[in-house]
Amino acid sequence: MNVEDHERSARRDPEALLRQIEAAERAKHRGQLKIFLGYASGVGKSFRLFDEGRRRRERGQDVVVAATQPDFPPEVARLIRVLEAIPTRGVDGVPIIDVPAVLARRPQLCLVDGLAYDHPPGSRHAKRYEDVEELLEAGISVLTSINLEYIAEQQEFVRSVLGYTKSETVPRAFIDRAEEVVIVDAPPDAETGIEANQLSQLRQRALLLTADVIDDQLEAYLRLHCIQSTWGTQERILVCMTPRANAARMLSSGRRNADRFHGELFAIYVMQENLTQEDWMALERNVTLARAQQAEVETLHGKDPIKAILDYARSHGITQIFVGHNLRRTWRSHLGGTPLDRLIRDAEGFDVRVFPQ
Amino acid sequence: MFLGYAAGVGKTYQMLSEAHELRTEGVDIVIGYFEPHGRKETIALSAGLETIPRKVVEYRGTRLEEMDTEAILRRHPQVAVVDEFPHTNVPGSPRLKRWEDVHVLLDAGIDVLTTMNVQHLESLNDQIWHSTGVRVRETIPDWVLKEADEVVMVDLTPRALLNRLERGVVYPPERARKALENFFKESTLVALREFAMRQAAHVVESRLPSEEPDIGVSASVAEHPRERLLLVITPDPSSAALIRRGRRVADYLRADCHAVYVSETPDARDLTATDRENLDRHLTFARGLQIETRVLQGADVAATIVDYARAHGVTQIFVTREKPSALRSWFASAFVQRIVNLARDMQVTVVADRSVRRAD
Repeated sequence: MNVEDHERSARRDPEALLRQIEAAERAKHRGQLKIFLGYASGVGKSFRLFDEGRRRRERGQDVVVAATQPDFPPEVARLIRVLEAIPTRGVDGVPIIDVPAVLARRPQLCLVDGLAYDHPPGSRHAKRYEDVEELLEAGISVLTSINLEYIAEQQEFVRSVLGYTKSETVPRAFIDRAEEVVIVDAPPDAETGIEANQLSQLRQRALLLTADVIDDQLEAYLRLHCIQSTWGTQERILVCMTPRANAARMLSSGRRNADRFHGELFAIYVMQENLTQEDWMALERNVTLARAQQAEVETLHGKDPIKAILDYARSHGITQIFVGHNLRRTWRSHLGGTPLDRLIRDAEGFDVRVFPQ
Repeated sequence: MFLGYAAGVGKTYQMLSEAHELRTEGVDIVIGYFEPHGRKETIALSAGLETIPRKVVEYRGTRLEEMDTEAILRRHPQVAVVDEFPHTNVPGSPRLKRWEDVHVLLDAGIDVLTTMNVQHLESLNDQIWHSTGVRVRETIPDWVLKEADEVVMVDLTPRALLNRLERGVVYPPERARKALENFFKESTLVALREFAMRQAAHVVESRLPSEEPDIGVSASVAEHPRERLLLVITPDPSSAALIRRGRRVADYLRADCHAVYVSETPDARDLTATDRENLDRHLTFARGLQIETRVLQGADVAATIVDYARAHGVTQIFVTREKPSALRSWFASAFVQRIVNLARDMQVTVVADRSVRRAD
């Protein structure tokens, strides 16, 4: 089970950094988006959302409710009662946010309980999250809520657990753009009509998804503040391939370990001069294998292969390096022992796992 | 267990809200220990719940208050609310740690609601230090958290937490200012929050039926037999990190884990008093994390380890690089190299030294 790695590599290039800074500039005029994410209905998202609305109102913010769920428990009703509301308009039975009314009213903060709604044809936007986008663009901040099963990229997973999918989905990219994502967690409730085991799977996935969103934010923060990444909040495994290494075994173990830790897998090889035809073919086979294991594959260059590996490991937040036993004989020995000796000695801050051949 | 990542995220608040719900449902519930920290909303929530008075303990001329476990046992409610699970009791208390008091309550048939932050988890100690610079002294063994029947992640974004701190909701002004300068840095909070989230996901996952059954033959079992980890312990301080890391990896891989020390002489006679003390501490530490330990004897340490590993179906040997000093590091590397050479049928993991932090 692996939470999808959407464009992970894209986050690491300078362009991405630039876009991030531009986005920060735009954000000054844009409303702030905060999302309460749950794994099933009944975990308490609505309560958290409206309770925060109430508290912000008490602190002097101008708060308006733009959408509620069709049914809500009494403790949520009590919260809604004290807040100003702009009711939704029902079109073909679908509750639609009254965007023109909200824009005219221009509150600081707008509460939208339930983000995943499809609108009938002819509506202002096809999806509710596009309405929310318009409010954000207009400088209105939004608190909203969503369940894991309505995230577009999670549909394959949802089908594998629940046997069905949802049509009213929100793309993960919209979630990623939120300034804040909060998980609303609770032990599985028997009353939802979903089996405890299935609920646990959804719950685990929701926690991991939020952890991934946080990891992205952490990386963005470290980059913006020019801090070298030494995190290790998430396991990242790096497999070092050499032509004669048993790469298949390292990669399959790497994949399994990455999955167990819900981490990421990387595979590299350091380009050497004077490779034989046979070595070339072996490397190509290994790269194919690495791609098949869904590793992020890269070729490194550099006179000193150990330095190249360690530099890569440092800049990619690697926590474990997998190498073959035969690394000892792969590269010409330098002063200070075999390459494997040097790797083990210099790999400060990384676990090094040596595989038998 | 209400699991959070910092003071002020709302663990106690959520715990007390649940206590009220249970009371409304007719459950006999009392507050065994609750730490108000002067937070108004939390204190308001404790009203209307029966509270067992704390016990006053004199220690070196100071009057300190502790949970009165014996009084709770006498009162014997269905459920007890016990804040700050990883707390260390005042010296001279019947038990060293509050989590041991909680176990006494559980053994007596009393259910417990409690709170903790992720950074108190033993196996994460070095990783959290490495990535945030936060070194936590009060830790609990991982198995204690694992035994909780329910773990709930109490989430609040770092931004909201920092706002609360600035508004003086979490601590009084002077303490809040200090906290903002030290622990409550945004990057630290973001990292701790991620650790907490992943830990909660791991706890949820570990309760799901295993995808790889221990018994029975399937393709996946044949391809990946159950892993067995062997941790090589020495008197060197790096062994503590090795034990924590080994425990964590074993939990994630659902692997067996045990530890050995190899003595070159009978009864480890060659060790200095300090080394012997350190070794004993490491062995006790490993046992506290439910790792089986053994002391072997053999003139050739590397060969003894590898023979033992082979005889016991070990798939991965965990060793450390001992601390610098050029000569020692050369020896350590030679030792690792020898293990690697001898254990051709196994994997050897050289555990990172996470005690070193790169300056940020």
